[in-house]
Amino acid sequence: MTLELRDLHTHFDTRVGALRAVDGVSLSVRRGEVLGLVGESGSGKSVTGFSIIGLVDPPGRIVSGQVLFQGRDITGLPEPELRKLRGNRIAMIFQDPMMTLNPVLRIDTQRIETVRAHDNVSHVVARTRARDALGQVGIPSPDERLSSYPHQFSGGMRQRVAIAIALLHNPALIIADEPTTALDVTIQAQILAVVQKLAAERGTSLLWITHDLSVVAGLADRVAVMYAGRIVESGSVDAVLDRPMHHYTAGLIGSVPSRNKRGAKLLQIPGMTPSPLDRPAGCAFRTRCSAATETCAQEPPLTMPEPDRTLRCFHPVRI
Amino acid sequence: MSEALIELREVSRRFGTPNGALSRLLGQRPAPIVHAVDHVSLSIRPGEVVGLVGESGCGKSTLGRLAAGILKPSDGQVFWRGRDRADFQAAALKSARLGVQMIFQDPQSSLNPRLRVAEIIGEAPRVHGLIGPEGFDAYVDAQMRRAGLDPTLKRRYPHQFSGGQRQRIGIARALAVQPDMLVCDESVAALDVSIQAQIINLFLDLRTELNLTCLFISHDLGVVEHVSDRVAIMYLGRIVEEAPAEVVFSHPNHPYTQALLAEVPRLENRRSHFGAIQGELPSPLHPPPGCHFHPRCPHAMPRCKVEIPKLREIAPGQKSACHLNDVA
Ligand SMILES: Nc1ncnc2c1ncn2[C@@H]1O[C@H](COP(=O)(O)OP(=O)(O)OP(=O)(O)O)[C@@H](O)[C@H]1O
Ligand SMILES: Nc1ncnc2c1ncn2[C@@H]1O[C@H](COP(=O)(O)OP(=O)(O)O)[C@@H](O)[C@H]1O
Ligand code: SF4
Ligand code: SF4
Ligand SMILES: [Mg+2]
Ligand SMILES: [Mg+2]
Repeated sequence: MTLELRDLHTHFDTRVGALRAVDGVSLSVRRGEVLGLVGESGSGKSVTGFSIIGLVDPPGRIVSGQVLFQGRDITGLPEPELRKLRGNRIAMIFQDPMMTLNPVLRIDTQRIETVRAHDNVSHVVARTRARDALGQVGIPSPDERLSSYPHQFSGGMRQRVAIAIALLHNPALIIADEPTTALDVTIQAQILAVVQKLAAERGTSLLWITHDLSVVAGLADRVAVMYAGRIVESGSVDAVLDRPMHHYTAGLIGSVPSRNKRGAKLLQIPGMTPSPLDRPAGCAFRTRCSAATETCAQEPPLTMPEPDRTLRCFHPVRI
Repeated sequence: MSEALIELREVSRRFGTPNGALSRLLGQRPAPIVHAVDHVSLSIRPGEVVGLVGESGCGKSTLGRLAAGILKPSDGQVFWRGRDRADFQAAALKSARLGVQMIFQDPQSSLNPRLRVAEIIGEAPRVHGLIGPEGFDAYVDAQMRRAGLDPTLKRRYPHQFSGGQRQRIGIARALAVQPDMLVCDESVAALDVSIQAQIINLFLDLRTELNLTCLFISHDLGVVEHVSDRVAIMYLGRIVEEAPAEVVFSHPNHPYTQALLAEVPRLENRRSHFGAIQGELPSPLHPPPGCHFHPRCPHAMPRCKVEIPKLREIAPGQKSACHLNDVA
């Protein structure tokens, strides 16, 4: 098991009380596996990602729960040790690649520095490695490109450079937070192709955070669906997308326009996501759920309705 | 075929870049020109929803603004109910303007933050004499209800609403002047899937109720497929394919359309192989000569580098701009 989150709680202390951004998240990513973490905006996907690598900004903090990386509990590790893990064994890619790229440094400077910060190798070796990594993510003429500045790249190329940097140390885990959301379809496809290929070749585990169920369908092995700070359902992509058990997952799938529904009304989830400061007690989805009963005011326990599947719902969708 | 409500005939729109204007002043090289829309012809019949798809910067919004009359074409003509808009006198122009309303991607920035919702929705109809002072409240209430908004909220300001609700305000405002046509520019792009579904459903309802004519701009092929009767695909300022929605999605002719469809992630496609199409989107400042798509096209021939393919009918109702259609 590359990554395991056990009942993770990350809160932000605000003037009006604790904002429970991550409210009891449990999930796992196996070696070489792609786990898609999907949910709508504000559901807590990014905070989950940041919690794993100890990058939650104050006033946010991990209140309870554990982050296990390759079996080792890394929750609350001192910053220098976390930093070592981050550059080396765990990499993160963001929606805005400029979060990992320094705009005023040429690509070669940044990459060679990254290599040398972690491995004690000569400048020449570092440069070769940096060039090869650019080539692997499909950047044409990587030698010339090494001496460019980030602004000289298109958005898609910048994202590929950020991925190349993330891959440099052959990390065991990559956390990707909506890295293709801002990109055009054909460019997104190129990025997905690169990631798919490299992860498969090297056995890298991927936590792919996105709001786009269709991307998860095409890329991931397993999926975890997040709503209001919790994983409401998880399992293999085929199982969850073809036979959703949680009513939120079913609603989400019905909301996606698709081939066989042309011109027909989409299934819609009534209402909107509750404010994180004012969530209904028990199942946070119950104010929008057509199957809700009084029981749902209690907290739905985490169950395993099938092998390799988790669910938090009292009255699962029946098919 | 019934007469077009709006017809764009060989319409182009060029922009000089801001840097270009400066360098002209300094007597330097001639200003770089962007051909945002390059000889585009498109007509829309009453009651028809035409989807306009393409990647970022290909000219969709510019074409939408030309259709709405917010921008003037550099070349070409726009016919409104069969008459050239350039010939319209002030009064006719004003009513034609009102006749096409735009709904934008970001309802936040297109709604005046200092006005209450009632004013946002009711102002234009009042100014243009669609309602008198006594009918104002009832009219605004009706518009809000039609867009799925609770009229008791009409004293609130835009920031007090969610993104989806703000988009409903945008729709209510556009429909309040009783337009003949809507231009929806990425109107659901910024919304979460479940909220997007609510707005699409609202749009489908209103469409049936009001027999709306619409140019529906989106980079999201799934959304376009869902709402459109006909679809036009744009690449770097030009329409490369145009056909009824079911034809475009089942028998795409143009290699760009085919690539685009192959790359769209879909719920039903599991563990897909991505990345069939190579290369970056070229800069609109320096589009490749001939067929703009040739550097990325797997079927490119020598001719494609020099000769611009014409958009022409290749099957009943289906148009495509590709030299391959001459070969066969
Ligand atoms: N006012 C302007 N001045 C200069 N160039 C412009 C102007 N408006 C648009 N352009 C340029 O024209 C081209 C087409 O722009 P347009 O906004 O129509 O694209 P789009 O297809 O709507 O893109 P997106 O999907 O990103 O919204 C782009 O290269 C853009 O930079
Ligand atoms: N720095 C912060 N301070 C306060 N609240 C935050 C901060 N970052 C995130 N949150 C809150 O935590 C919740 C989850 O946010 P996030 O993980 O970014 O959602 P997602 O990535 O799923 O869109 C949201 O309600 C958000 O407003
Ligand atoms: S627990 Fe109850 S409210 Fe929540 S999804 Fe299941 S049935 Fe609906
Ligand atoms: S005209 Fe040539 S380059 Fe353009 S799409 Fe057709 S085959 Fe490809
Ligand atoms: Mg996020
Ligand atoms: Mg646009």
